Formats: sequence, C-alpha cells, structure tokens
Amino acid sequence: MLKGVRFHGDKDFSGCSIFGMMNLKGDMFDGEPMITAIANMKDRSNGLGGGFAAYGIYPQYAELICFHVMFDDQAARRETEEFLKSSFVIHAAEAIPTRACEGVEDPPLLWRYFLEPHEITLCEEEDPDDFVVKAVMHINVRVDGAFVFSSGRNMGVFKGVGFPEDIGRFFRLEEYQGYIWVAHGRFPTNTQGWWGGAHPFNILDWSVVHNGEISSYGINLRYLEMFGYACTLHTDTEVIAYAVDLLVRRHGLSVPDMARVLAAPLWTEIDRMPAEEKEIHTVLRQTYGSLLLNGPFSVIISNRSQMIGLTDRIRLRPLVAGRNGDFMYISSEEAPMHLIDDTLKDTWIPRGGEPIVAELEEVAGVVEVVEAEAIGAAGMDTA
Amino acid sequence: MKTYILPQYLIERDDYRCIRCEVCARQCAFDVHWYDEEEDAVFADESKCVGCLRCATLCPTHALVVRPNPTSTPENANWTTQVLHNIYKQAETGGVLLTGMGCDKDYPIYWDRIVLDASQVTNPSIDPLREPMELRTYLGAKPDKVEMREKKGKPVLKTTLTPQLRLDIPIMFSAISYGAISYNACESLARAATELGTFYNTGEGGLHRNLYKYGDHTICQVASGRFGVHADYLEVAAALEIKIGQGAKPGIGGHLPGEKVSAEISRTRMIPKGTDALSPAPHHDIYSIEDLAQLIYALKEATHWEKPVSVKIAAVHNSAAIASGMVRAGADIIALDGIRGGTGAAPTMIRDNVGIPIELALAAVDDRLREEGIRNRASIVVAGGIRSSADVIKAIALGADAVYIGTAALVAMGCHVCQKCYTGNCNWGIATQDPYLSKRLNPEVGTRRLVNLLTGWSHEIMEMLGGMGINAIESLRGNRLRLRGVGLTQEELDILGIKHAGS
Repeated sequence: MLKGVRFHGDKDFSGCSIFGMMNLKGDMFDGEPMITAIANMKDRSNGLGGGFAAYGIYPQYAELICFHVMFDDQAARRETEEFLKSSFVIHAAEAIPTRACEGVEDPPLLWRYFLEPHEITLCEEEDPDDFVVKAVMHINVRVDGAFVFSSGRNMGVFKGVGFPEDIGRFFRLEEYQGYIWVAHGRFPTNTQGWWGGAHPFNILDWSVVHNGEISSYGINLRYLEMFGYACTLHTDTEVIAYAVDLLVRRHGLSVPDMARVLAAPLWTEIDRMPAEEKEIHTVLRQTYGSLLLNGPFSVIISNRSQMIGLTDRIRLRPLVAGRNGDFMYISSEEAPMHLIDDTLKDTWIPRGGEPIVAELEEVAGVVEVVEAEAIGAAGMDTA
Repeated sequence: MKTYILPQYLIERDDYRCIRCEVCARQCAFDVHWYDEEEDAVFADESKCVGCLRCATLCPTHALVVRPNPTSTPENANWTTQVLHNIYKQAETGGVLLTGMGCDKDYPIYWDRIVLDASQVTNPSIDPLREPMELRTYLGAKPDKVEMREKKGKPVLKTTLTPQLRLDIPIMFSAISYGAISYNACESLARAATELGTFYNTGEGGLHRNLYKYGDHTICQVASGRFGVHADYLEVAAALEIKIGQGAKPGIGGHLPGEKVSAEISRTRMIPKGTDALSPAPHHDIYSIEDLAQLIYALKEATHWEKPVSVKIAAVHNSAAIASGMVRAGADIIALDGIRGGTGAAPTMIRDNVGIPIELALAAVDDRLREEGIRNRASIVVAGGIRSSADVIKAIALGADAVYIGTAALVAMGCHVCQKCYTGNCNWGIATQDPYLSKRLNPEVGTRRLVNLLTGWSHEIMEMLGGMGINAIESLRGNRLRLRGVGLTQEELDILGIKHAGS
C-alpha cells in the first residue's frame, strides 16, 4: 500500500476535527477521554483517517529517539532495519501492540524502535536532531514501502485509516499514559486511503494536527526544500510541521515570533505598530514571506513542553480553547471539551492569527497559561 | 533605385465623410497624407505608411481605414512577403535590417498555455472588495534566517536586512532611456511610478535633472556606455541596475543616432550634441563574473550601501547558471529580459532570433537558485512581453518577485506597436525627440493613463488571488501548484515545473 503511492505530487484537501488536551503540571492521563472527545465530532471526519499523538508515554526510554514505522512488507522492514543499524544503536525494537477493531482494515506492519545515534556516524559538528531528520527523510524518500510516522523522544504518534475512535481502540490508547494528547479526525476529499497520510504529522518532538487547506502550500514547500526538508506526504500538515521545526528549532525563534511568521499581521497593521515592533514584524515578513500560511487553517502544534493552537490570520476555520485547573483544551468545537470535563467553565475563542500557548509549568516557570499578547493579525475587518 | 517593396498598408478614405480638416496631414510625421487645394482633396502615399493609426484615430469623422495591403507576393511558405521585403530592402541599401519594439515572430507564448487555479468548496475564495488583499512586495536580498536577542527582557532584532525596495504593486516600468523616448514619456513614467508606489527605470540614457524629484521611485541604470552616470545620478536613485543585456538584442550594444542627441539629451548623457551614442556590446570592465562583483561592490560603496543593486541580463540558454553567479557576485535583484522584450532600435535578425522566452528562463532561474539554496539572496524581476495582469500573476506564480513592463506602458501612452521607434518619427510623441511630435504626449495625460492601467491590473490581480483563497501576494510567489499547463509537451511542463491541466 505504501509502495509508489506517496508521491502523487500534490497536496490533498481535507476538512477535519482537531482536539488537544494537556496537563500543565505534567500529570499523566490515559487516552480514554481523547477517544471520547474526538468521537463527539464524528461528522467532521469521514472514516478515511484518524490519529493521536501522546507525550510522556515512554518514560523507560525517555532520552531515546523513538521511531514509529509502517511497512508494506517484511522486505521493507528488513531494508529499513539495515539502514537503522548502520546509523543508530537500537535499544529496543518491537511491533506496536494493536487489537483487531471493526472499522480498521488492512493495517500495514507497525513497528517501533528506540534509537540512539551511533557516535561514529554522527560527525562532531552535527546536531543530533539534524541527524535524525536526515535519517527520517532518507527512509521516507529512499526506502520504498516504509514510512517513519513518528520520530520524537518520549512521545509517539498513532494513526491510520478509519474513524479516529476506531484507530484509538486499534492502538489500545487507553493503556498509555501521557501529559499532552492531541487527536485528529479526517475528512479528506482525494485520499488514496494511505495510513501515512493521516494526522498527526510528526518530526522529532513536533507534531501537528490540522484542519484546513493551505493555499500557499506550493511555495511553503519549495521554501522548505531549500533547507533540506523533503515533503513526501503532500499534505499541508507536513509543511506546517517542517516550518515550525525550521523556525523554532533551527532558527531559534520564539513561539510568538513563529506565529508572526505563519499567520503574519497585515501590512496595514504592521505600519501602525510602535517603531520597534514594526521593525520586527517587517523583517520577519520580508524574510519569511514564503512561509506565511495562507488559506483556511486551524492547527494544534505540540512538543514535549507546549501545546499551541493557531488559526489563519482571517480565521477561516474554527478553534476554541478552554481551561479548567491544570487542564488546558484546544478544540475545533466546544462541545467535546464539556463532554469530558463537566466542570469546565472557562472557554474562549482566540482571534485569527493569535496563538494559544499552553506550556508546562516547570518550563514556563509561571502558573498562568501563556496567552501571547494580541499580535495584531486578528481583528481583521471581515465585514 | 526603384524600390520593389509594396506598401505594407492601404489607406481608404471615405470622401463623403472627409471634411478636409487636414488633421491626417498634420499628424503624420511620415508625410503620408497631403491636401491638394486645387482639387480640394486629400491624398495619401501609402508606401510611407507605417500603420501607426495616428491619422485614423484622430480623424474626427472616422473617414479613414488603414488596412494591410492584400496584394502579397506569390504564396510561399518559405519565401513570405516579409522575407522578400527584407531581401529587397537590403538589396536596395546594403544595410543591416533595423526594427523597433519586441520580437513579433510567433514563438510559443507560454503565458497563453498556462491556466490559473481557483478555490472551490474545500477552501473559501476571498472577496477583495470586502477583505484585505495584499500586493506589497519588497525587492532585495533576504537573509537565511532572522536572529533575535534579548534586551531588557524584550526581544530585539539581531539581524538587519540589506536595503529593500518597497513596491505597492509588483509591477515596475522597464528600462527605457531618455533618448529612445521623449522627455514627456519619461516624465509620465516617473510620475506614474511615484503615484502608484512602484518604480520606473531610467534605462541607459541618464536622468534629466528635472526628474530628480522622482528619485525615490527611480531605478538608475548603469550600462556599458556609462551615459549620464555621475555621483548625483547614483545618489538620487532608489536603486541601481547594471545592464548587461537586453532581451531584444542579447549580446550586442546600442546605438542612438546623432540626430536624436539634442541639447537636452547631450547634457543628460554627457556627450557632445549631435554625436552618435554608442553603447559597447560588453562592459569593457566586465569580462567575467568576478568583474561584475567588483562593479556591484563599487556601486554599493559609492552609494554608502544604502541602495539595492540589480543586474539585468537577457534570457539566454544558460541563464540559470549565470543568474546563480550573479547572486553570488552580490546582486540583490536579478532582472531577466526575455526574447519578446522591446527596444528602441535593434537589428531585426538579432531581435527575432537570439534569446529565449522569458517563461522558460524564469522557471529555470528560480529552480536553480532554489536548488542551490540561494533563492532568498536575490529577488527576481522578469521582463519581456508582459501584456496583462494575467501574465503578471502567472509570472509571480512561476517564481518572479515582480515584473517589468515596457511595451505595455508605452501602449498605455498611445503606442500602436508599429515597430518604427528607430526612425525617431513617432507620431504618438513617445519614441521621438522632435519637439513638434513629443509635445503630443501630455505628461499629465500620460501619467493618468499609466496609473489607470496599473490600477486596473492590480484590481484584477486581487480578484484572481482572492479566487485562489490567497490574500497576500507572497503566498503565490513561486507557488506553481496553482498553475497548470494546457497543450504543452512533457518537456515544457518539466522546465516550467507545472503539471498538465487535469492532473
């Protein structure tokens, strides 16, 4: 199923449901409420893709890279493992536990590997994360019939073709404990029913679930290619993940600055800003204009310490946020938040382009959720 | 010597409509029409007619029809009338065939084989009348990344950008020199660029002092003849452009005949009045890429690193590799001029047979710069046959940051593309230095017509962008997924980097 189908040369279009839940203290909870929440938005998906990302699920291997890989056949697995052996010390390798589940058919072979880069293969100067990215790109581009769909530390992505609640049951997610969970239900309009095409999309610790269609996809992709990212999936989501990785990890921008690039304020708004702020916005937009995400989207971007919600600058797709004590929610719709948390009262709708940033307290150093100050993009006159 | 060339046009005059006002006679600088008092009739010598339609346009009673002469040489696919006429002309004169404007041969126009996308269902289209739509574009080198640092707990920029040109619409007026066109035409371009928030280009003929006040919207060109290049000229410009080549005549220089070098032109170009202004084919201080780098840095140094420097080349076979070298040599803007690019005068054989279509050159250059990871280090501006807002938006989607328009701007001012610019007899007051002719172009009217044209184009661009669900031009730049080819071969599609319609 993987063989030959990946490169159909265009993005695919999908409408979707997204849901994210995080405990700001880092306390663990299982996947059950996630399955309940995403199932509540069933009419936003059509059974052609669902998935989850969970952070904190592999504490026994917390510092190792974990690859989740799907294979067409044993030959693809052998070829991939040969490559992995040449680049990494494999601390553990096993089939990802699944159960037979109605609505989930013809799964590929699903394996996970806990890895550490070989010291000899990692050149002195090289950032180990870059090394991992290159390895992921190598397998996904060069090894026909194999696809790495998760490559972070102490986190994992579980996804496939089916309704998200069925995919959750298939992967036995109620047995995992994590402190950030995100989920996605997909409504693609031209899918080939490929498991790798489901969300979340992941690279290193970043994972992205996404509702929308990026009209700027063609140029976002070509810009990222200049920096060595091979977009093999042809989903908009992939470019968001790579864009975030480039801006935050490689270029060292803060999350609010990243949001200023992906959902940049209008020039007319920038022109009205105080001088210093205006200069920052101008330079970011001049430099990263090719990464502006145009068209309708709402996304939840997460890493090991943050869960970030963002909509396009004219807010063409829905996004709602909620907070109850240590729990933070970001969702396409409000109902599922109340369904799994009947004491939730504090909910709000972010403005277009305004990021919602939930950060682990130990990292943020403050009790408050960091709500980035309004960065301007919002409040567009959509008369 | 008796000429064997048949008149290219026939003029039919409706005697019932003709009121003997003699407008046609007065307007034609080629002396086609004359009034005979004795017979009280207007006559025409069609052998002199260039088909510029000035007479027919101004005739108050529409008494004139100018149409191609149906008498042609014997039908022959090889030996067409045009071919025979060229041979007769050279047999009669022994000279090089001259022409004006851009190549008129029917090489494929790829713009007309490319179609645009629009949003349906999965992505809402955006109505530019109700929602913001951004066309602002910055030309100049962009860094690989933006670095920030903390200052008193607040983030401040560590990165500073090199000088940028801000364009409110991604369309500029191409290089057309004072000399090739009249002062009034130059003034119209300068004023329109200022009003539109874009730029015009002086071409290689220097800049008249009276136009210095539009300097903030002026790109001053430095060409192989170095005409009119001096400290003030460099200082007053918003940006500088080194002209290596021109799409209408790649590989050769220029020649402004002495008759056109009036007192004003002599002063502006800094050459004696009445002498021919000859631009050498190459810059004699640029025989290779490292010499280009020296000139780029000399110009930057001379202008205190305050202005972006563009380098303009004709689109030729290996433009991609050349462009890569130009970027590495420090060019902030790469200007590419395709085979359909215009000129005031060029040898016909060169205009019509040297160079490549701009669409292919643009795609190849954009691809190459991306492959090398240096696309951000220079902006790409394309020229040569941009006829409409649709051509502009397709060029941007193929990878251009902005376009130059030359012919379209002249047409807006009245040009009818008769291709006789080199005669200096332009009846429309554009490509002439004759004061009697050039005063026909009122700069006030010229400015208005240019502003109207680009205002119309920018509305159309906004509509097309909105239709694609895009509200900022940078999201279309290089976004070739929004293009499809129609009736192109696989090889053409591969070079353009687009898919065929239906796939």
